[in-house]
Amino acid sequence: MSELLLTSHVREPNSYTLDFYTQHLGGYGALKKALGMTPDGVIDQVKASGLRGRGGAGFPTGMKWQFVDKKSPKPKYICCNADESEPGTFKDHVLMERNPHLLFEGCLIGCYAIGAKVAYIYIRGEFWHVQEVLEAELEKARKAGFIGKNIFGSGFDCEIYVHRGACAYEAGEETALIESLEGKRAQPRLKPPFPAVAGLYGCPTAVNNVETLCNVPLIIDRGAEWFAKLGPEKNGGPKLFCISGHVQKPGTYEAAMNVTLKDLIYDPKFGGGIRGGHKLKCVIPGGSSVPVLLPDQIDIPASFDGIAAAGSLLGSAGIIVMDETTCMVWAAENLLHFYRHESCGKCTPCREGGDWLWRILGKIERGEGQMRDLDLLLSISNNIMGKTLCAFGDAAATPVLTTIKTFRAEYEAHIREGRCTVPAPWRSGARAHAGAH
Amino acid sequence: MSFHPAMDYGRGRHLSARQLPEEGPAFAYTAENRAKLEAICARYPAEERKSAILAALYLAQHQQGYLTRNAMREVASAIRCTTADVEDVVSFYTMFYTRPVGRHVVQVCRTLSCALMGAERVTEELSRAIGIAPGETDKAGEFTLLEVECLGACDRAPVVGVNDHWHECQKPEDAKALVDGLRARGAAALTGCHLRVEKT
Repeated sequence: MSELLLTSHVREPNSYTLDFYTQHLGGYGALKKALGMTPDGVIDQVKASGLRGRGGAGFPTGMKWQFVDKKSPKPKYICCNADESEPGTFKDHVLMERNPHLLFEGCLIGCYAIGAKVAYIYIRGEFWHVQEVLEAELEKARKAGFIGKNIFGSGFDCEIYVHRGACAYEAGEETALIESLEGKRAQPRLKPPFPAVAGLYGCPTAVNNVETLCNVPLIIDRGAEWFAKLGPEKNGGPKLFCISGHVQKPGTYEAAMNVTLKDLIYDPKFGGGIRGGHKLKCVIPGGSSVPVLLPDQIDIPASFDGIAAAGSLLGSAGIIVMDETTCMVWAAENLLHFYRHESCGKCTPCREGGDWLWRILGKIERGEGQMRDLDLLLSISNNIMGKTLCAFGDAAATPVLTTIKTFRAEYEAHIREGRCTVPAPWRSGARAHAGAH
Repeated sequence: MSFHPAMDYGRGRHLSARQLPEEGPAFAYTAENRAKLEAICARYPAEERKSAILAALYLAQHQQGYLTRNAMREVASAIRCTTADVEDVVSFYTMFYTRPVGRHVVQVCRTLSCALMGAERVTEELSRAIGIAPGETDKAGEFTLLEVECLGACDRAPVVGVNDHWHECQKPEDAKALVDGLRARGAAALTGCHLRVEKT
């Protein structure tokens, strides 16, 4: 796939405006087409396209929409998950900032399909400048009649509102997002009931990622069959990859999922290789919550199934590249600092275990560890895995399990030599690890 | 709607009687902020006013710089919820300040992608340039320095946020110029680099 579908014009200065969208990008043509179909017809198209959720889990979007309880007398809702907080992920940011009308169009088509009249875009609190773009463009789309009452004279009414969060990683989990939208702490709910049955305000709700919804107009516009053929079987459609860390050209890149992880890192069209004079140590292919892959494991399709077959996950496609100067104990400690800070506190294994793991990792990194700490790390991690309401418990344990599995010798060297054995000039020398802050 | 669809608890009953004592100067929304809040409340079903609680808190914080208990009482009255509901939310989300912060809240992203590109060194240099440790506010009330978790701009690491603006691709040697600029010219020293479109 050489044609860019989601990000073709994002470098144009005015790509985010309604004028640009209507002049160059088919401006709400797919919505018009969808409104000529039945809602079930729209869902069938999305199902046939094989579109999988781009937020992390890769669940088929058409099925999610079909599960929404349409017979319920209650209102239905779409919640667009724009709480992009997974470390290493910054693709939705680009879509919202540079191509917001594609997202609005996806929200509107989704609302029509599930019988919703309101979509909320839950955006993370720090994306203030992105929210300003969204609000201004929403207003333009409203004035132009694409949002509001009787859209295209079809009798379909729909509103889209932006809801600003206030910095909570947990709000990216779908039920926690709903809780937060209801004005509470972002903490997950017990499932079932799933949001499709009892979501926002107890009403049937579909929670979809920004990039997922941005793919919907493409499917309606060009057909499910065309979409499914972009990329490998069951992994169709364009995909955004976020490449960060020790590469020459970090950035958001669009490709079909038959591109290899190796090409994404090394191809001059994408990451452009490891930064000068260094060599690859390992890659986190799908946001900080997934297992690391070694240099000999990356010649694989960067698809949901391709990366799963190699023992990791595509997740949110946040590819974090680390070169040989990176200490893996330090990296694990860095990530556990994140998870202990962001744990919502609802489930004991994640709340207490995350903090415990971070303290032990800090001890090892400072050179104060003991060999038996490794078994303790594994034991705590295994007691978090699968024992929390949401997947973020697993996410917190994974960096520890994967780095010990892959780089055990490095941990042992830290303990044996009583110091960090992979110090890097780009790290702080005098860093105090003492205490929580 | 309650947490479990078959159980109707939590609405209209079991309301906390916890009292929030007064603290700080008297607080009332300005007419402008009150109007803004009502416009935001209208985005949600009438009986779901609580959905606007984050917006109400942002408006109060913007008006006063941080959230006193008096501000939280005003938020509870505007949202028509208990003060315990407000405390619950304020204590959960990291973007709400319950103590005074500096005019420039400098936030260095410390999570992996930024850390790989040298965020620890950037924090050190900012700390030296401002003369405070991370987590502190200087005596003049000009700067607060914070280390924050992933800001979602990892391709332009390390990212340093100044209030709602971002400075991207920061090097340790850029720290002094950033601090000096903010000291001398305030918000005019912000580069707006996060708003520019890269041509690559």
